[in-house]
Amino acid sequence: MNELIWIFVSALLINNFVLAYFLGLCPFLGVSGRLQTSFRLGLATIFVMLITALCSWFLNTYILVHAPYLRLISFIVVIASTVQFIEMVIKKLSPGLFRALGIFLPLITTNCAILGLAIFATNRGYGFVEGMIYALGAGLGFTLALVLMAGLREETEMAEVPRLIKGTAMNLIIAGILSMAFTGFAGLFSAA
Amino acid sequence: MPKKRDDAYQEYIKGLWRDNPVFVQVLGMCPMLAVTNSAVNALAMGGATFFVLVASSFLVSSLKNWIPKQVRISTYIIIIATFVTVTDFTLQAMAPVIHKELGAFIPLIVANCMILGRQEAFAAKNTVRLAVIDALGMASGFFLALFVLGSVREVLGDGAFLGMSLFGPNFEPWIIMILPPGGFLTLGLILLFFNWLKERKDRLVDRLDGMEAEGL
Repeated sequence: MNELIWIFVSALLINNFVLAYFLGLCPFLGVSGRLQTSFRLGLATIFVMLITALCSWFLNTYILVHAPYLRLISFIVVIASTVQFIEMVIKKLSPGLFRALGIFLPLITTNCAILGLAIFATNRGYGFVEGMIYALGAGLGFTLALVLMAGLREETEMAEVPRLIKGTAMNLIIAGILSMAFTGFAGLFSAA
Repeated sequence: MPKKRDDAYQEYIKGLWRDNPVFVQVLGMCPMLAVTNSAVNALAMGGATFFVLVASSFLVSSLKNWIPKQVRISTYIIIIATFVTVTDFTLQAMAPVIHKELGAFIPLIVANCMILGRQEAFAAKNTVRLAVIDALGMASGFFLALFVLGSVREVLGDGAFLGMSLFGPNFEPWIIMILPPGGFLTLGLILLFFNWLKERKDRLVDRLDGMEAEGL
């Protein structure tokens, strides 16, 4: 049980996918303009991550033991089809959200956080339960970083900043400071 | 034909400088920030991405008439994933130390949005020759950006360049620069510098236009 809690907290805070591993930066910088949109994108990402963890565990255990060189290709096919499926569901259920997410919805496919999750989980030899907990922690961590960033960006929108630094340069520096704050979590489990 | 060579040159220089994938388009950030804590890692990553981008652009542009529109993205991804797998195994066999250092980030080249973006935006619509030139330019631009970022971070964070110590034993390294926050901060400052360059150029062009108008 302790092991599972450690996996969860580590993926959520200490080794946050966005702020410590630099995974999923494209949506992190691209969709973090509005709080609500980024929250929903985070939810979609968590869902894709859970399904990917499930499928990659299945593939790893039953199929890829016979053909390890197909690992990358089969993971990416699983992710691409899951994203396609979610795209259709969101389009049907909430056309507004579909428009708001725009190009970033199909781009979940190339969200390195998801492929990274599958690869890290495989490299560390996680079993089924560990893999799912890891996926949940990583997804929540991604959402947390995205929502924090969106909140900060909404605040800075009204602020008076020099014209030169506005845009990506400022967002990156904000991300750097956020990431610095997250390094503080590193001591959280040092005793354990 | 000089005209044609000129076109090719324009396509090349576009990727290297004017539309630099990292500094101007801000694409392909994930592998970029994660492995640039030293110049050597940045070079290895740049080389791997270079190969994958050029090879997939070549294949996609040669196959573009056979790829059905509806499944084109999946096809591109599978082509890219194939080349990444090749790179992964080659590196593992030829340079195990670097492969270990880069770890999971070699397979993650698949998810580099810059590569997929070039296939969709350029290789699928142009001739093989132009697509390869465009890929060469973009890949060189990416390589350059990785190298700049890796060098800055290694020099500040480690007091060394390509593993050679620069400032002697009394240098107090900025550990933060080789930690994750340093990546964000360095890239942010470099982008700021590029904004400044662009602003200065715009102002110069404005002034030249003004002088021309007065002259006329």
